Amino acid sequence: MAGLSVGKAINRLEGRAKVTGAAKYAGEYNVPDLLYGYVVNSRITKGKIRSIDTTKAKAFDGVVEVFTHENRPKLAWLKLKYKDIDAPSGSALKPLHDAEIKFSGQPIALVVAKDYETARYAATLVSVQYEAEPFETCLETNLDKARDQKNAPKPTGHFEKAYEKSPVKVSAEYLHSTEHHNPIELFATTTIYEGEGKLTIYDKTQWTINNQVYVANVFGLHFKDVRVLAPFVGGAFGSGLRPQYQLFLCVLAALHLKRNVRVTLDRHQMFPFSHRPPTYQKTRFSANNDGKITAMNHIAVSETSEYEDKIEEVVSWSHRLYPAPNTLFQHKLAPLNVHTPLDMRAPGASTAMHAIECTMDALAYKLNMDPLDFRLINYSENDPAEDKPFTSKELKQCYEKAAEKFGWRNRNPVPGSMQHGNKLIGYGMATGIWDAEQYPSRVEAILNKEGRLEIHNATTDIGTGTFTVMTQIAADELGLLPEDVIFSYGDSKNPFSASQGGSSTTASTGVAVVMAVKALKAKLLKKARAISNSRLKKLEDDEISFADGNIILKTDDAPLISFREIIAANKGKEIKTTNLGKPHFLKLRKYSKATHSAAFVEVEIDRDLKTINVTRAVTAVAAGKIINPKTARSQILGAMVWSISKALREETILDENLGKYMNPNLGEYHIPVHADIHDLEVIFADEKDEVINELGVKGVGEIGMIAMPAAITNAIFHATGRRINKLPIHFDALM
Amino acid sequence: MEVPVNKFDYQQAANTHEASVLVTGNDRANFIAGGTNLIDLWKYNVTNPALLVDINRIKENKTIEEIEGGGIRLGALVSNADTAYHPLIEQRYPLLSSAILAGASGQIRNMASNGGNLMQRTRCYYFYDAEVPCNKRHPGSGCPAISGYNRMHAILGHSEHCIAVFPSDMCVALAALEAVVNVSDANGTRSIPFEDFHRLPESTPEVDNTLKHGEFITSIDLPSNGFSSNYAYLKIRDRNSYAFALVSVATGLALDGDMIREARIALGGVAHKPWRVKAAEDALRGKPVTETSFEQAADLMLEGAQGFKYNRFKIALAKRAIIRNCMMSLHPELQKPGAQP
Repeated sequence: MAGLSVGKAINRLEGRAKVTGAAKYAGEYNVPDLLYGYVVNSRITKGKIRSIDTTKAKAFDGVVEVFTHENRPKLAWLKLKYKDIDAPSGSALKPLHDAEIKFSGQPIALVVAKDYETARYAATLVSVQYEAEPFETCLETNLDKARDQKNAPKPTGHFEKAYEKSPVKVSAEYLHSTEHHNPIELFATTTIYEGEGKLTIYDKTQWTINNQVYVANVFGLHFKDVRVLAPFVGGAFGSGLRPQYQLFLCVLAALHLKRNVRVTLDRHQMFPFSHRPPTYQKTRFSANNDGKITAMNHIAVSETSEYEDKIEEVVSWSHRLYPAPNTLFQHKLAPLNVHTPLDMRAPGASTAMHAIECTMDALAYKLNMDPLDFRLINYSENDPAEDKPFTSKELKQCYEKAAEKFGWRNRNPVPGSMQHGNKLIGYGMATGIWDAEQYPSRVEAILNKEGRLEIHNATTDIGTGTFTVMTQIAADELGLLPEDVIFSYGDSKNPFSASQGGSSTTASTGVAVVMAVKALKAKLLKKARAISNSRLKKLEDDEISFADGNIILKTDDAPLISFREIIAANKGKEIKTTNLGKPHFLKLRKYSKATHSAAFVEVEIDRDLKTINVTRAVTAVAAGKIINPKTARSQILGAMVWSISKALREETILDENLGKYMNPNLGEYHIPVHADIHDLEVIFADEKDEVINELGVKGVGEIGMIAMPAAITNAIFHATGRRINKLPIHFDALM
Repeated sequence: MEVPVNKFDYQQAANTHEASVLVTGNDRANFIAGGTNLIDLWKYNVTNPALLVDINRIKENKTIEEIEGGGIRLGALVSNADTAYHPLIEQRYPLLSSAILAGASGQIRNMASNGGNLMQRTRCYYFYDAEVPCNKRHPGSGCPAISGYNRMHAILGHSEHCIAVFPSDMCVALAALEAVVNVSDANGTRSIPFEDFHRLPESTPEVDNTLKHGEFITSIDLPSNGFSSNYAYLKIRDRNSYAFALVSVATGLALDGDMIREARIALGGVAHKPWRVKAAEDALRGKPVTETSFEQAADLMLEGAQGFKYNRFKIALAKRAIIRNCMMSLHPELQKPGAQP
């Protein structure tokens, strides 16, 4: 009999396909007569294209066409509605629209040729004359040009007065570098021209429907004629939330040439691109001598482009954790000559919580208190910002379990007091918080002729385990084994799903799966009861259940009727239903929803050379019910590695004189290597949530990298007595 | 800058002499062995060979063998990996093994040849970006690194024209070991002392070394003294593997009890060539093996060092690294792969 699959650490269902190379990605669909596009990117940062000469490129053997702003098709289908669903306010980039250059590397031409190598070579033959203008790309020198945003929470109490009066206070400034998502899979689009106005598009995306809508809007096509598929996505981390420029260029070429076209970007072409914005932050926190926080002020200034105002949630987080009676928050945007930033794992929160939790650590030291005790003194069961209870909050359990596992209480609080040979040892901790979002999602559930359950939804699986987890949820709901469930996803033709962003998919599509399968069960029951002499007619709904392809009697598990018999009675036809899963808006209005985490970190720092290693880390996460402990653990492990990266390694280096990124490759864009990663441990707190949704799930992913960068920074302070507030921390900052 | 049509000829050389003859007179001809750097440079439009002479089929220069006088000859076409793990090298020149294994990745070391290691070009961001000026790539166009992001750049021996550094780890050990580079061309052979092989940028940073056009590295000779009793290689970088050195140090000591009989110290990641200062090594002769002795040597090695906006830390770091590495060389048993300083 099919047991419960939810809660079991089953292997990723597509794992074999991925490791054997059978899994195909957007740039790997080989269709007949495929043409290849290669993008030409701007060499200047701001200004105009004075002239662009494509004669030589066009004359090169094998080149089919070169698209620029001068010959861009002005056909009826080009409707120029460029705003995708995830676009921030402003006007989205219009590739090849005119001669204007707004950032270094802006796409200015697409060379289409019979093969990739020809297109790439011919791209070097496109000759461009520019009229360069002065530009601004550096956040630090443009802080004064930042514009205030309205998204910050309203002030409470009187911050300045309270801060002034408080006996213990800390003020600090933080600066974070630009980061690029850099998924291993290169951004690529393969567009199959299916005839007049009809396209099938394989694209690297986290939101098939967003790109379907975008293509239909921009090119004036019918939604139903544009199908976007992303069956496998080789990492995205937010970069796939909005259409990237290769999609536009690929579709433009396919429609104009009426041919199948593929555009794959090089790694360096993924740098004039969406990214995590560099951010400056300033905090001022104060407390009474008993450790109670009295006032919190958090100001953030982040970069955006000159044409869109991308704004993250940065300054709101401290007040969702700590009940300070006086708060003052401000968020500003500095428009610079760069492409628009985009959400990147734990957008806003990983930035904010670094500043907040480092400030908390400094305040704990000023109070002469253990940093964990200081958090516990300011622990709030309710969300202080909203003055509402959380649907669940097991942060205290996270603190306790992780501290115990880590051995936090063995810590000597005096900075520099713990040493091992010529290494300084530091212990640091920090708190994490992230939204527990759920969005409406529609699922079609089908009992097919073979008695197997098919589930259809447009969501992607960007490597998070969605395919596996949805299969588990569906299997349990209908009493089947996971192998009797077929989950179809990554296809805009399937019923609606929101983006795979913000760790929301398990709740959003998971609940929709439950709703659809429940509806399917009702339908099956109705059909079963309609069969003459059915024993089910005499039984109430609560007397029966579903297991192993049968409707059974709950009392003795005796099969009453098999799914096959129901299908047979249905004249051999499949039985299906489509249903919406959505949050319980009214009920949830009384609650605040969040996942929480606690991170504890040990660093070793060379006494003389100052080189830093994270030797141990424990992260405990409270995220409701964990559907699959294995895929969930992998999400948190990945986020912990990324935390090490964010704190110590990763940055896009901008040359402010040239206005361009100088390390656009994985050799020089340093992400951790195996030798950087030591003992990492993940703990899931036992968090029962009967309010949040039918499944009691919140989602994991982002929450793993919100606490740990601050914990690393705090551990470095503990080891050395030095607070380095610029990320990533270069070891030489300690010299 | 327009890139000429990307057509190139490819020839396989049967022997060293033929390889030299094939490239003679063609200033856009390149030898290719492992190709671990040339292919990158080509893809980035930094270089654009018209003729590629593949030297992998050459039967010569593919062994590691003992030579007269007690030294070892490393064939130019032996891979970095095979060199590092060769029993003769592991036993007699463990400093060289350590240095090679600190560089690149396993895959790259399998492909890269010993001759090619010497011929690597700088990893300066600005050199690699064909869209920006660079005196090494386009003489006279300027050096944006001087006023730009120069964390990885030189603190010693740089010029107003170029502040790039030579990226090899292997060559830092070869410099300390006083290796000799054997080269040949169509007219004959010559031997170049290691310190004369790479050069400083001065006003011609486009020239990395003293190899003449058509000359071909056939082998590298290691003198008999491999300093296998007291040696250490320390590489400090922005991540623990697969990153170029910010500062690296190769040390070999010959001791009489607690006194230094002979010292060799070379620095990587700080100049356009592996950096050695004879005066510093001479000053250690007859000194006790103490931090103070090594500190004095470090000061001599770093005399005249000048940093830029983002790499001034290298001066202090190099000093501490020299002292640490010399102290480490007293405990070679700790110099196993993966050992932490």
